[in-house]
Amino acid sequence: MTGPVLEIRDLRVDYGFGDDPTHVLRGVDLTLHRGEVLGLAGESGCGKSTLAYAATRLLPPPGLITGGEVWLTDREGNRNDILGLTDAQLRAARWRDVAIVFQGAMSSLNPVFRIGRQLTDGIRAHRPGLSARDLEARAAELLEMVGISADRLRAYPHQLSGGMRQRVMIAMALALEPQVLLMDEPTTALDVVMQRQILEQIMELRDRLGFSVVLITHDVSLLVEVADRIAIMYAGEIVEEATAADVYRRPRHPYAHGLLGSFPPLHGPRRELAGIPGSPPDLQRLAAGCPFAPRCPHAMDVCQQVRPVLGPPRTGEARRVACHLHGADLPGDVAFPAELAR
Amino acid sequence: MSFFLRRAVFYVFTAWAAITLNFVIPRLLPGDPVTALIGRMQGRIDSGAEQSLRVLFGLDQDMSLWQQYVEYWRLLLHGDLGLSFTHFPTPVSDIVAQALPWTVGLVGISTVVAFLLGTAVGTGIGWRRGTWADSLLPITTFFSAVPYFWLGLIAIAVFAVNLGWFPSSGSYDRGMVPTLSWEFVGSVVYYGTLPALTVVISSVSGWVLGMRNMMVTVSSEDYVTVAHAKGLSSRAVVVGYAARNAILPQVSSFTLALGFVVGGTLVMEMVFSYQGIGYTLFEAVTTHDYPLMQGCFLVITLSVLVANLVADFAYAALDPRTRQEG
Repeated sequence: MTGPVLEIRDLRVDYGFGDDPTHVLRGVDLTLHRGEVLGLAGESGCGKSTLAYAATRLLPPPGLITGGEVWLTDREGNRNDILGLTDAQLRAARWRDVAIVFQGAMSSLNPVFRIGRQLTDGIRAHRPGLSARDLEARAAELLEMVGISADRLRAYPHQLSGGMRQRVMIAMALALEPQVLLMDEPTTALDVVMQRQILEQIMELRDRLGFSVVLITHDVSLLVEVADRIAIMYAGEIVEEATAADVYRRPRHPYAHGLLGSFPPLHGPRRELAGIPGSPPDLQRLAAGCPFAPRCPHAMDVCQQVRPVLGPPRTGEARRVACHLHGADLPGDVAFPAELAR
Repeated sequence: MSFFLRRAVFYVFTAWAAITLNFVIPRLLPGDPVTALIGRMQGRIDSGAEQSLRVLFGLDQDMSLWQQYVEYWRLLLHGDLGLSFTHFPTPVSDIVAQALPWTVGLVGISTVVAFLLGTAVGTGIGWRRGTWADSLLPITTFFSAVPYFWLGLIAIAVFAVNLGWFPSSGSYDRGMVPTLSWEFVGSVVYYGTLPALTVVISSVSGWVLGMRNMMVTVSSEDYVTVAHAKGLSSRAVVVGYAARNAILPQVSSFTLALGFVVGGTLVMEMVFSYQGIGYTLFEAVTTHDYPLMQGCFLVITLSVLVANLVADFAYAALDPRTRQEG
């Protein structure tokens, strides 16, 4: 569990060409370490999925990567910027180094091919030397790994349930034993029981195969349980990043605090649920200051004018937060909110 | 397997219904064939021959409708469709058998060519949406909006009359005897080029538009993104994932178009005086040749049915979701 495997540096994405594009990712910095589960949480439309698509260069038009770097360290220890690879290099790196499980379990499989063929065509593209028999054996092994009997290799996607399809997708993603598994809301379309089964399976497979996971979801309670670290996104930037326990017990950013306050705790005393007032910002009309300022209960004058930078808080803890309250030059006359100082 | 069985039963039933209608409708018409024939020949037939004509058409026997129906089936199964009035006394089956290969050959081949060409071009344009390729679309829209007969007439005016590159009508050089020689085949191809070209030009745009739109729709499907993410070559993504799914609606319209090859070529064969089944039907209608009309309708109905059958099976082969079990 040493060293970074995926480093996203100052990644910027615009939607729309022309003079007035919408800035959807506004300089995202994120590091994924080897063997780690990194949770990425935030409201709808905050750019979580865009981040996953942009980091793998799968962003469909009109999305456009306007800047940044995505450094991937492969098994041999070579660092490569995914955004700088040629098409052929990119094709080779995809699935072998970074595999993705998408949101729609229902629509991620080609409806006209059998499961077995879809499991093997990716393997064949990367290891052209394998015989048909080896490919089929590998596909069967993959299916068994996610708890589906190998005789379903000849099934078509429509013959499988939603949970099975998503497990087939996970099996497919692990076909080449990638180093990084990006999962974009992998369990949204499934019921809670299936959600838990699948996540437990992924965690167990991670322990066995040792890949790193980026788990994107809006379900913070889920992340608190499975993630090692959590990054909270708001309006196309990361506003807080810390270990899962720190984010859960001691949120530093007012938005993270609001997010955690909006679902009921499983343990401890009952408390009133509090939503976050206001609505997500319009990314086309962001003010100069902190994007969360209009909804923030602790907004100060400086929040309206200066955009806070993601960095360690004043207390020197090993975490990062983008909020003026935690900045070094907090004016002395401001009463520091107690719930952010636990 | 039961899927194919059920479809087969359905088509047998439809064919039976169509053939029975073909039997019933002429019997609802006023008058009888003999009066019609004598009227057509305008005195060239001796009125004394009326009785022998009645015997010939089987009108002298007093058969019940059921007996007639059984007899109709018996003759039909022997390939006997009666005698044509216009080409008296040539059997209708001979006329149809002579006309059918021309239609199937000319329009069948041009429909297949238009489908393949249009689908390939549509795949390309759809895959490269948002580039210069999209500027080809208005052209295809224009051609799909042009009425066919007008396009045919313009083609004749330009290429046959003004430039004299192609003959304006007919299906082969009348000075030749139809044989299987290179010369004759060359003449058929030469005469068929202009009509085939107009059919292709007027129908290809529909295929281009259909395929392009489906490609755009399918390209944003998650499984296409997954295919990219898997690192498959773009060829594999286009062919196996995008086009493979986008072609499904194309296939069903294609097989329907094949069904209309026989029935829908009336205008083309009239414009080019091409001796196919459409032209024959047109002649039969203008000359009140009921047996010939009936024969043409039967062939057209059956070919639509066969095309539908092929469509069903092709679709089932291409899309596993339609093969419901049980």
